Amino acid sequence: MNYIEHIGKYFMMLAQVFKKPQKGRVFYEALMKEIEELGLKSLGIVMFISFFIGGVIALQTALNLESPFIPDSLIGFAAKRSIILEFAPTFCSIILAGKVGSYITSSIGAMRVTEQIDALEVMGINSLNYLVLPKVIATVFFYPFLIILAMILGIFGGWVAGVLSGLFAGVDYIDGIQTTFNPFLITYAMIKTLVFAFLIATVPSYHGYYVKGGSIAVGKASTQAVVWTIILIVIANYVLTQMLLT
Amino acid sequence: MIEVKELHKGFGDVKVLKGISTTFQPGKTSLIIGQSGSGKTVFLKSLIGLHIPEAGTISFNGKANTEFTNLEKRQWRQEIGMVFQGSALFDSQTVEENVMFPLKMFTNQSQSEMLDRVNFVLKRVNLENSNKKFPAELSGGMQKRVAIARAIVMNPKYLFCDEPNSGLDPQTAIVIDNLIQEITDEYNITTVINTHDMNSVMEIGEKILFLKDGRKAWEGSSGEIFKTDNEAVVSFVYSSNLFKKVREAYLNEKK
Repeated sequence: MNYIEHIGKYFMMLAQVFKKPQKGRVFYEALMKEIEELGLKSLGIVMFISFFIGGVIALQTALNLESPFIPDSLIGFAAKRSIILEFAPTFCSIILAGKVGSYITSSIGAMRVTEQIDALEVMGINSLNYLVLPKVIATVFFYPFLIILAMILGIFGGWVAGVLSGLFAGVDYIDGIQTTFNPFLITYAMIKTLVFAFLIATVPSYHGYYVKGGSIAVGKASTQAVVWTIILIVIANYVLTQMLLT
Repeated sequence: MIEVKELHKGFGDVKVLKGISTTFQPGKTSLIIGQSGSGKTVFLKSLIGLHIPEAGTISFNGKANTEFTNLEKRQWRQEIGMVFQGSALFDSQTVEENVMFPLKMFTNQSQSEMLDRVNFVLKRVNLENSNKKFPAELSGGMQKRVAIARAIVMNPKYLFCDEPNSGLDPQTAIVIDNLIQEITDEYNITTVINTHDMNSVMEIGEKILFLKDGRKAWEGSSGEIFKTDNEAVVSFVYSSNLFKKVREAYLNEKK
C-alpha cells in the first residue's frame, strides 16, 4: 500500500470516528477511562522530565552567556521562552507519542488480532467510533493541562537549578521570567498542543486498527506508529510555526 | 431460515468461496466441516456480515442482507450472537461487564435489570461466582462459556460459533457442545457451527455441510454421514482409526 492510500484510509477512518456515539452512557465511561489511561497516567513522566529539562535549559543558557554586558535576567527570559515555545508543547508531545502512542497501537492491535473488534462489529457497534473517539477527546482536552503543567515545572526547574548551582541569582531569574510577557505565545503553544494531541490519538489508532497478523505484527505496528507520530509532530510543528509566528 | 445462494468470496487473486448454496433451518443446529483452508471461517464471517461477498446472496427469513435498510441492519445485528474461535472477550472488562456490554449498548434497562439478566445467562451456562473475574483469570472452557453467555444475552435468533471446541479437552468440548445444543432447543435459535471436532459431528449435527476447496462437497445429517460413500467426506471424517472402526461397526449393525 502506498502513502496516498494510507492517507486516504486514515481520513476514511476519521469519518467513521467522528460520528455520534451510539450510547452516551457507554461513551462517558470510556472517556473517563481514557482520561485516566492517556492523561493521568502520563502526569508522572511529564512532571519528572519537565522539571529536569527546565533545569538543563537554564544551566546551559547561563553557561553560554559569558559577557558581563548581558544581564542575568536574560537567563530566565530565554529559559521561559524556550520552555513555553518549544520544550513543553513539542518535546513533551514527542515523549507522549512514545508512551501513549505505543499503548494505543498495542491495545487496539491486540483487540484486532484476538477478534475483539470483529465481536464489536458483529454486535452492530461502530468499532472505530467506540474505540478511537474517547481517545481523541481525552487527549485533546487533557493534554493542554498537561503541557501547562510542563511549562510551570520547567520554569521552576530552571530556578531550582540556578539557585542550587549558584550560576545565577533566583531574583534575576524571576525578573527575567516577568520581562515582556506575550500572551500569544501561550496561544501558539496551545494550538500546537491540540494538533499534536490529535495526532497522538489518531495515528497510533490507525496503525493498531488496521494491523494484520499476530503479536509480532502488533509489535511492529507499535514501532511504526510511534515513528510516524513523531515525524508528523515534527512536520506539523514546522508548519504551525511558519503559519503562526512568521 | 438462512438461505445462501451462489456465494463467492476472494481476497485479491485467491478465491476462497466458489459458489456455495445451502439453507440453515430455524431451530436447528447446523455444522460446517472441512479441512483447514477450505473456507469455513470465511463462509461463517460472510454469513454474519464481517466479509462482503463478491457475488451471491445471503437471505435471512427471505430478505437478502444487502437489501436491509439501516434500521433493519441494526435490528438484524442484535438478532445475531457470535462465539469466536478465541472467545474474543474484552480483556479489560470483567466477566459481568463482558456479558452486560450488549445490554448497555442496545437497551435502556436499569443497572439492576441488566445485572439480573447477566446473572441469569451466566447461571444458564453454569458459570456462577465468576462475575468479577477477568478473562485472563479463566480457563479456556470458562472463557467459551462466557462467550456463549454474551452471545445469548440479547435473546438472539441466530447463533454462530467458530470452532467452539478448539483448544478444549474432550470432556469440556462435550460440555460446550451440549450447552449449545440445549440453548438452541430451548430458545429455538438457528445455530451454525464451524468445527473440526468429529465428536460434535456425531453428537449435535442435525445438518452437516462439508466444504472442500471453497465449494460445497457434501450436505446431509449426522445419520447420513455414516452411510455416505462420498470419498472426500469419508477420508476427512474417518481419518482416525477410532472413527473408522465406529463407522464399520455402525454399517455392520445396519446390515
